[in-house]
Amino acid sequence: MLSPDRLRHGSRETGRSAAKEETLAQGQHVMTVCNACRYCEAYCPVFQAMENRTSFAKGDVLYLANLCHNCGECLYACQYAPPHEFGINVPRTLAEARLASYEEYCWPRFMSGLFRRNGVMLSLAISVVSMIVVWFFVRSSDARGDFYAVIPHDLMVGAFGLAASLVVVSLMIGVARALSSFSGPALSGPSAGGPERPTLRAITDALTLRHLHATGEDCTRDVETRSPWRRYFHHCTFYGFALCFASTSVAAVYHAGFGWRAPYAYVSVPVVLGTIGGIGLVVGPLGLLAQYRARDLALKDPAQSSMDLSFIVMLLMTSVTGLLLLLLRDSTMMPPVLVIHLGFVLGLFLTLPYSKFVHGIYRMAALLKFSSEQK
Amino acid sequence: MDVAVLGGGNAGLCAALAARQTGASVLVLEGAPKEFRGGNSRHTRNLRSMHDSPTDLLVDAYTEDEFIADLLRVTAGKTNELLARRVVRDSAGCPAWIRSFGARLQPPLKGTLHLDRTNVFFLGGGKALMNSYYAAAERSGIRVCYDAQIVGIDFVDGRIRSVLVREPRRTATIAAKAFVLASGGFESNLEWLKEYWGEAADHFIIRGTPYNTGTVLKLMLDQGAHPIGDPTQFHAVAIDARAPKFDGGIVTRLDCISLGIVVNRNAQRFYDEGEDLWPKRYAIWGRLVAQQPDQIAYSIIDAKSASLFMPSVFPPKTASTIADLARQLELPPEPLERTVAQFNAAVRTGSFNHAVLDDCRTLGVTPEKTHWARPIDTPPFWGYPLRPGITFTYLGLKVDERARVLMTTGEPANNVFAAGEIMAGNILGQGYVAGVGMTIGTVFGRIAGAEAGALAVA
Repeated sequence: MLSPDRLRHGSRETGRSAAKEETLAQGQHVMTVCNACRYCEAYCPVFQAMENRTSFAKGDVLYLANLCHNCGECLYACQYAPPHEFGINVPRTLAEARLASYEEYCWPRFMSGLFRRNGVMLSLAISVVSMIVVWFFVRSSDARGDFYAVIPHDLMVGAFGLAASLVVVSLMIGVARALSSFSGPALSGPSAGGPERPTLRAITDALTLRHLHATGEDCTRDVETRSPWRRYFHHCTFYGFALCFASTSVAAVYHAGFGWRAPYAYVSVPVVLGTIGGIGLVVGPLGLLAQYRARDLALKDPAQSSMDLSFIVMLLMTSVTGLLLLLLRDSTMMPPVLVIHLGFVLGLFLTLPYSKFVHGIYRMAALLKFSSEQK
Repeated sequence: MDVAVLGGGNAGLCAALAARQTGASVLVLEGAPKEFRGGNSRHTRNLRSMHDSPTDLLVDAYTEDEFIADLLRVTAGKTNELLARRVVRDSAGCPAWIRSFGARLQPPLKGTLHLDRTNVFFLGGGKALMNSYYAAAERSGIRVCYDAQIVGIDFVDGRIRSVLVREPRRTATIAAKAFVLASGGFESNLEWLKEYWGEAADHFIIRGTPYNTGTVLKLMLDQGAHPIGDPTQFHAVAIDARAPKFDGGIVTRLDCISLGIVVNRNAQRFYDEGEDLWPKRYAIWGRLVAQQPDQIAYSIIDAKSASLFMPSVFPPKTASTIADLARQLELPPEPLERTVAQFNAAVRTGSFNHAVLDDCRTLGVTPEKTHWARPIDTPPFWGYPLRPGITFTYLGLKVDERARVLMTTGEPANNVFAAGEIMAGNILGQGYVAGVGMTIGTVFGRIAGAEAGALAVA
């Protein structure tokens, strides 16, 4: 959200870049203290990557920030944590640096302010506007069981294809920027002692959230409070999203390849995938929301709470309206529910490159670099 | 209350947990606020543990005899061998004890592989260990009071009846059937240090907690407890002079001394920087710097050595000439140039190897540098200011093998036990060997807690 304060001071850009400098300086301070201590070495890759470095340029801080899962073990273990005068809070500092990295790698760059302002209200507003636009293209408002009688297929494909292309281009530019910005030991092939296939290792690390339970036990939510639920709910969300994506892909093949038109039977592949995925995408975000609220405030960057919350809400809205559409698809309620669902999906897509979603791709980029620099 | 434990560091928590296991009700009085709880243990990272065969964490074997031999060597025999042997034997069970409270251990950190046979490391360090102990204490119903400073002890007929505790909002008298003293040494009490070191103590930096004021130690000595350990002595290392006065912990260390030269305020060298390998060389420099004018010294290296030691937390002063470096360090430029030139002229370069006592040495300069001597001639030149950083003091209370505090009469006090730094001088009369402080604290914490608990519930 825009604050009146920022509007009054004309130099918003200047203010933001000063804040970013401060974030990076704090990151450098924290990593310098950590590198002279190293007690947290066994917790996670942040510290192992840190030890490969003797100084911390911007690219190092942004890289380490995207390796951090914000679990909190290192804060509770830290002899220099606030109120100590060194004021070391790695999870919080790296969270702030992570946000700075999203802004840094964002394309187009003038959208970078959205990460701080992409609140629930803005996302919902974009979705509502999408619904209104979609409503203009509604052909028939009393068709039962036939989506394309309500919104023509080509229009649906065209609109979502365009939105998806924008998302993909934007994210690819972001990843390219991230990989070229991450500094430190050069990216190279596998070396002795490192994983044999670093890319494969990075992918499995990401898919299993390995570093959220890297020590063999799950990470913390508060001092000495370890639980696997943050990981489980993230899996529900991620794999739910992936199944929904798979469902759409199968449906596209059905349509284009075989000429089979939606809606498909309840036991068809697209519907089964979409249903399981949709349920995952309800349970996961709700669980993550509960976890988020239970987490120690000291670990969080308040500047990101609207971004975090907004992404959770958008995922929930998409999955809930999707499941609703499945239930009501043969009723007279179908056309309005379809419009609402498409509005949320479009809203989710349009905000995707400027939302919490990007954490996944930058984490992946950081894991790729990490597994390639292991000695 | 059955048992009151004075001090909430490693020894105190081990005592509290052991006392609780006897069924006694237990109260821990910790002088620090909750954020800084755990005494010096919050700055530690490992514990020395004997074992006859490899364990899941330790390689090879580290036998009782070898551990004892190490203790005899570093203390030059200033140890009570009966107590030392008890510590060594019981050290074998420490890893299992630690894990039984949910704390996690790990193999050595990178760069400490020389300890992979002797020391188990706490995952995340000593503060993480203390968090686990405090959580276990809470689960088992042990009461903990933070910000609880002991200001008086009511000691009558060989027993403590109660202690006077000053808390932020009240002063309370706390009675218990047995007391465990686990309140550490007196290294953060600068006034007390001044009794032996005069104004020089103003320039000492205390590496650990500011709450080790030695109040309980002094109160007990005043009641006729038998002292042990040289009151004038402390363990100190040379640390960065820019370190905080207290609680700077591990990161303020500087391990570049052996790579260059060390000069005093007058830009004069004063000791062989290449005398011995880490960790011994690390431990002698605190005292050496303490003996220099204004208790300050400067480590000077050149670009050849810049990447050969652990990164420092404070950036070095850097300059392209020795004279400029001198100005930045506020040293007299010409004398420093002379000192460096004399040193460089005396260097007999061999094949440099920082991992062994190599053959790079000086010939014809006082003092000589006997190893790792290379000319300081490649800019940029780096300089670090050094101060004595005090780890712990040696003065303590004499105890017997049941952790009972002994009086000057030779008799043990009736209900008073001691554990940790307050009695470590019984075993560690001088010197230090990595991780033994935590071993003494754990072993004697358990003994003191079990004895106190048994006495209280009897």
